[in-house]
Amino acid sequence: MASTGAHGEHNYLNHQKGIWSWLTSLDHKRIGIMYFITVMIFFLVGGLFALAIRTELWSTGETIMTAETYARVMTYHGAVMVFLVIIPGIPAFLGNFFLPMQIGAKDVAFPRLNLMSWYCLLLGAGVALLSLLYGGADTGWTFYTPYSIKHAPAVICMALGVFIAGFSSILTGLNFVVTTHKLRAPGMTMNRIPLFVWALYSTAIIQVLATPVLAITVVLLAAENIFGIGFFDPALGGDPVLFQHFFWFYSHPAVYIMILPAFGVISELITTFARKTIFGYTAIAYSSLAIAAVSFFVWGHHMFVSGQSEFAGVVFSFLTMLVGVPTAIKLFNWIATLYKGSINLASPMLFALGFMFLFTIGGVTGIFLATVATDVHFHDTYFVVAHFHYVMVGGTLMAIMGGIYYWFPKMFGKLCNDAWARISFVFIFVGFNVTFYPQFVLGSLGMPRRYFDYLPEYEHLNKVSTIGSYLIGIGFVVALITIIHGLLKGKPAGPNPWGAKTLEWQTSSPPPHENFHTTPIVTAGPYEYR
Amino acid sequence: MSTANHGNTHSVRHHAHHYESAEHEHQSSKEGVWVFLCTEILMFGGLFVAYAIFHHLFPETFKIGSKFTDVRYGATNTVVLLFSSLTMALGIYYCQIKDQKKAVIALSITILCGFIFMGIKYLEYSHKIHLGLLPGDWYAGNADMIASEIGNLKLPENIGLYFSFYFMMTGIHGIHVLIGMGLIGWVLIRTMRGEFGPNYYTPVEGVGLFWHLVDLVWIYLFPLLYLVE
Repeated sequence: MASTGAHGEHNYLNHQKGIWSWLTSLDHKRIGIMYFITVMIFFLVGGLFALAIRTELWSTGETIMTAETYARVMTYHGAVMVFLVIIPGIPAFLGNFFLPMQIGAKDVAFPRLNLMSWYCLLLGAGVALLSLLYGGADTGWTFYTPYSIKHAPAVICMALGVFIAGFSSILTGLNFVVTTHKLRAPGMTMNRIPLFVWALYSTAIIQVLATPVLAITVVLLAAENIFGIGFFDPALGGDPVLFQHFFWFYSHPAVYIMILPAFGVISELITTFARKTIFGYTAIAYSSLAIAAVSFFVWGHHMFVSGQSEFAGVVFSFLTMLVGVPTAIKLFNWIATLYKGSINLASPMLFALGFMFLFTIGGVTGIFLATVATDVHFHDTYFVVAHFHYVMVGGTLMAIMGGIYYWFPKMFGKLCNDAWARISFVFIFVGFNVTFYPQFVLGSLGMPRRYFDYLPEYEHLNKVSTIGSYLIGIGFVVALITIIHGLLKGKPAGPNPWGAKTLEWQTSSPPPHENFHTTPIVTAGPYEYR
Repeated sequence: MSTANHGNTHSVRHHAHHYESAEHEHQSSKEGVWVFLCTEILMFGGLFVAYAIFHHLFPETFKIGSKFTDVRYGATNTVVLLFSSLTMALGIYYCQIKDQKKAVIALSITILCGFIFMGIKYLEYSHKIHLGLLPGDWYAGNADMIASEIGNLKLPENIGLYFSFYFMMTGIHGIHVLIGMGLIGWVLIRTMRGEFGPNYYTPVEGVGLFWHLVDLVWIYLFPLLYLVE
């Protein structure tokens, strides 16, 4: 093991040299950075699809593409963003880098599996891309049967791609569960682990328990396309709605795979930039576990109008509303943390506050949709689209951006230009609301989702929405420039530019190969501000 | 600091740099295997749920379908797998006490049982394929041959669904048996090299846990496909 220079010259970035040392690296920090780059590339791809969708919807009729192309663009936008961006986004990138550091470990429990998970994601993405050779899938990211079982090679590729990428998620979750159990530094009891770790731990449980169900679902979908096994095919007595049950048994918990780590990031940001001990540590920690537990019993709310029994609908409606309780616990605790704090409106904090604002709208509209009576009206309209974008983009993506700006100095030892970062926030935040708020209105007026065209009455609000999407695009371009500029020209950050208390800030930036110069010994909670 | 060094079990075993001790690494690896086994159970769980639903919807299809599975083959395979679980457990034990010769024998018998299991599966599959008893859309049952097999019973229209379940469940299980055989082969080679002993036997134990799970899944598949009417 190379010794550490007195001036912190030796770090994980220069520990070994060359592209090969990255591609074979077992260092959780390097694997985190590789995930960072991969996820950002996928995000760019998914984002371009999104802009194409919004551009097509600028006016009625065919604007820039045919209806067939539109269905494919929409499918790939959803599939790329869900499976390749938001699900690996926080756990595999920020989590990989910071979970071991926050608990004072030298690495995750199984570094080889960690590297393998990255290759699984790439391989899965590659196999899914093969579907383009067969004309592309046009089923939407949910692959609903019976439309998706017409012996379509494109769907088979997508299904197998999702299957392989699922292993990436399973391996990450498995690693995090064991790392959190076994590799905490001396004195780092479960009641002292940072809330980001609690969030990742709860997420990991969902990843481990739910992803295998998706795996068998997409295997059956592929088998349905290859052999016509008939599980989901009415012609053989199969049941297309069974596919929906299987799919949502994974995909609803998957929503919490996407949002729980974001809650964790926000907890870190709020306490750091309010310079105040987090309010209700225990409540926030256990509410993550509560959400993970409830998440397995709410999938039926996607199927209120799919012919499931009314009784099941009522039960799922009630259980879904239950999710609002632990979620609100988090939100109220964050607000209580802000109360009488010394709030520093640096860019990560702006994203955290933006998150709280947007996620609340996303969460509350979720309650509208959980109510059977209103859902019958809103189902499959733009109201649903707006709702889950407020959660996924307004929630998760805001948290990712806040997390990137927050931890950038630690990851690369350099500071981003905070003024530019704040400009990117303004564009993203304003653009986001301009894009998606009109979609709530459109949805409540009855505009159906997924369609290539719409009635002339909806054109005005669609134009507003499209303009908003370009503003978001500008925001992310500014963010990208800010990050690249920070990488190339950023000022040295020092070990702890934000004055944060968690362990990752108590070592040099960028961290040395084994994270800490000496193994930390923990004697207090994670957020001892005042 | 070195990463895992498997060669020498006489001195204290080296452990990966991020663990405190070899025991710490062993316990963590074991927990990892258990978590992985949970994912396996959830995955097979999906199939079992589908089985339960369709058995409930089409009892007749499953009743007739199960007449095509031969209890003698299924029972033999059950005994073979149960026996292989015993030899697997013995293999772990002999690795722990570093009785290399017996460990090699026990693990070899385990692999042999895997081959017997897959051989019998091959006989069953080829017989079904010969009769045209294929899954779902591909079903092409030969009426004469079927009549000589189970007599002149009227087959339900969606009898192919039964064979979808038969081939999907036993197929995915069979893939697991093959993977398990490969893994046992891997630890067998390492046992022959003398890599395991009282201080280090994590891979054998992990593979053993996996093999027991594969066995356990079969314990459920056997009654569902061969015995239940």
